[in-house]
Amino acid sequence: MLLEYIAIGVMIALATVIAVIAIGLGELFGPKKRSSVKSEPYESGIAPIGPGTRRMPVRFYLIAVLFILFDIEVIFFLPWAVVFRQLGLFGLAEMAIFIVILLIGYIYAWKKGALEWE
Amino acid sequence: MPPLNFSIILPLLVLTVWACLLLLVDLFVKNKGITALLAALGLAISLGITLSQVGATGTSFNNMVVLDGFSTFVNALLLVSGLFGIALAYGYVKRMGIERGEYYTLLLFSVVGMMLMAQAADLIIVFLALEMLSIPLYVLAAFARPNVNSEEAGLKYFLLGAFSTGFVVYGIALVFGATRTTSLAGIVSAANAASSGTSSLLLLTIGSALILVGLGFKVAAVPFHMWTPDVYQGAPSAVTAFMAAGAKIAGFAALLRVFSLAFPSLASDITPIIAVISALTMIVGNIIAIAQTNIKRLLAYSSIAHAGYILMAFVPYGQKGVVATSVAAGLFYLVSYALTNFGAWAVVIALEKAEGNPSTGSGQRGLEIADYAGIGRKHPALAAAMTVFMFSLTGIPPTLGFVGKFYLFRAAIAGQFYLLAVIGVLTSLISAYYYLRVVVTMYMREGEPETTSEPWLNLTWGLAAVLTVIVSLVPAPLFDWASQAVLKLF
Repeated sequence: MLLEYIAIGVMIALATVIAVIAIGLGELFGPKKRSSVKSEPYESGIAPIGPGTRRMPVRFYLIAVLFILFDIEVIFFLPWAVVFRQLGLFGLAEMAIFIVILLIGYIYAWKKGALEWE
Repeated sequence: MPPLNFSIILPLLVLTVWACLLLLVDLFVKNKGITALLAALGLAISLGITLSQVGATGTSFNNMVVLDGFSTFVNALLLVSGLFGIALAYGYVKRMGIERGEYYTLLLFSVVGMMLMAQAADLIIVFLALEMLSIPLYVLAAFARPNVNSEEAGLKYFLLGAFSTGFVVYGIALVFGATRTTSLAGIVSAANAASSGTSSLLLLTIGSALILVGLGFKVAAVPFHMWTPDVYQGAPSAVTAFMAAGAKIAGFAALLRVFSLAFPSLASDITPIIAVISALTMIVGNIIAIAQTNIKRLLAYSSIAHAGYILMAFVPYGQKGVVATSVAAGLFYLVSYALTNFGAWAVVIALEKAEGNPSTGSGQRGLEIADYAGIGRKHPALAAAMTVFMFSLTGIPPTLGFVGKFYLFRAAIAGQFYLLAVIGVLTSLISAYYYLRVVVTMYMREGEPETTSEPWLNLTWGLAAVLTVIVSLVPAPLFDWASQAVLKLF
């Protein structure tokens, strides 16, 4: 069974060797003219202003997390809608329970003020 | 679709609904003590249902969830642990200025995950339960926010926990690759059928070893114990007490069920690994504990060492005649460890002070062993209780720890793991040094200790001390229940 993997092993080894040779030759023979402009981070051709890691208000993260939570709720609705008729009453009850659980989370987030921007 | 039998998971369902409602009720309740009492009521109701199911068996959800004596025993233990956890937290969170209602909701959700772990009959459910019990514990570890120690504990636990979960999932994937099923019963028959071809058995062995790594992390076995001292020290003491007992019980419940049910055919490969892990855990935990001066770190290393003792029960899992008594001894030791653990942490909480800089957690907080000087004279009852717990952790009669260790060593000898039993006895001797040092400090050093007296806290250490002694005098009923619980497994 392990013999079947030999082709992949040879491929990985070959790819590694070729990549090392290509980059190594460039490093060996290529001209190197370093300047301060060249070592700047690339930002679509515009001169960068300030450091790359700026502090962001943590509120963005909270909103993002809440968005993901309720976004996933919608994703779960789609497959349910596709097989709605086959699942019948059972599916409807399951979905109702699912929504109620999310609703509890929603009420919790709302009451805790997670939805307020200020 | 076969009809779903919801009565199999009724205690779980009740607790889940209760936790969801508690989250809502807590929003409108100013007095967080009411939240705590409601949470305890939910656990008590679930415990009542669990106890009414003693003797009942069955499976549901396409054989993914099982109800049997084993799960009933472990679930009852977990629910009682949850009640202890709430009793410890009730006054503590108020005193430390971290009283938030979410504490109790998270604790309930964590208990639900642990109970599901005990009932899992499918690797997918094991994984689901592992996440359900872990994620609330990560949050609880960081609950003393903005205390940096607590935040560090939460982050460390989360990162390393996520890493170890990766091992479990990879292990499950390999097992599935080898057997084309994730059901514990299905894996056995697939493994027996495939024993002619060696390649898939190799995959199965690697997969089960990876599952062992992930669960070994949860129960803090060496060499997967690195997180334990820091997390146990940084997390609020009440959380640590619950984490040390609950996560360990659930982790061992999963290990016992998964390995003895799904991988008995791998025993010749896995048994030496577990034996080495068990020996290492006992040795490393007990020896490093000698050097500790902080009581929380001391108990953390003690918790590592006890993981080693419990693992001993699990070494002869492939030997048909021995495994039942051995697993029963493991269950008995879990009870004894949980009870002693909650008692010892209750004493730690009674001495812990909220003073010092809250953002760094430094300053005199009553967490050094030196702070226990003089308790013997000023608070004789508290000192006597702590002495019982230290004796029990060492394994000195007449305490539950002694009886537990007796059953464990007997099982190891019956399985012909003599060396392991010798290591267990020797490391117990080593542990006497640092456990008894606490006792010596309490009785033979002069000091002015400050303790807190709260009704629920006093009840916890008082009850734990009395039970530790009384049950050790008549251990037979508990051991019989444990033996009955594992009987149907094999």
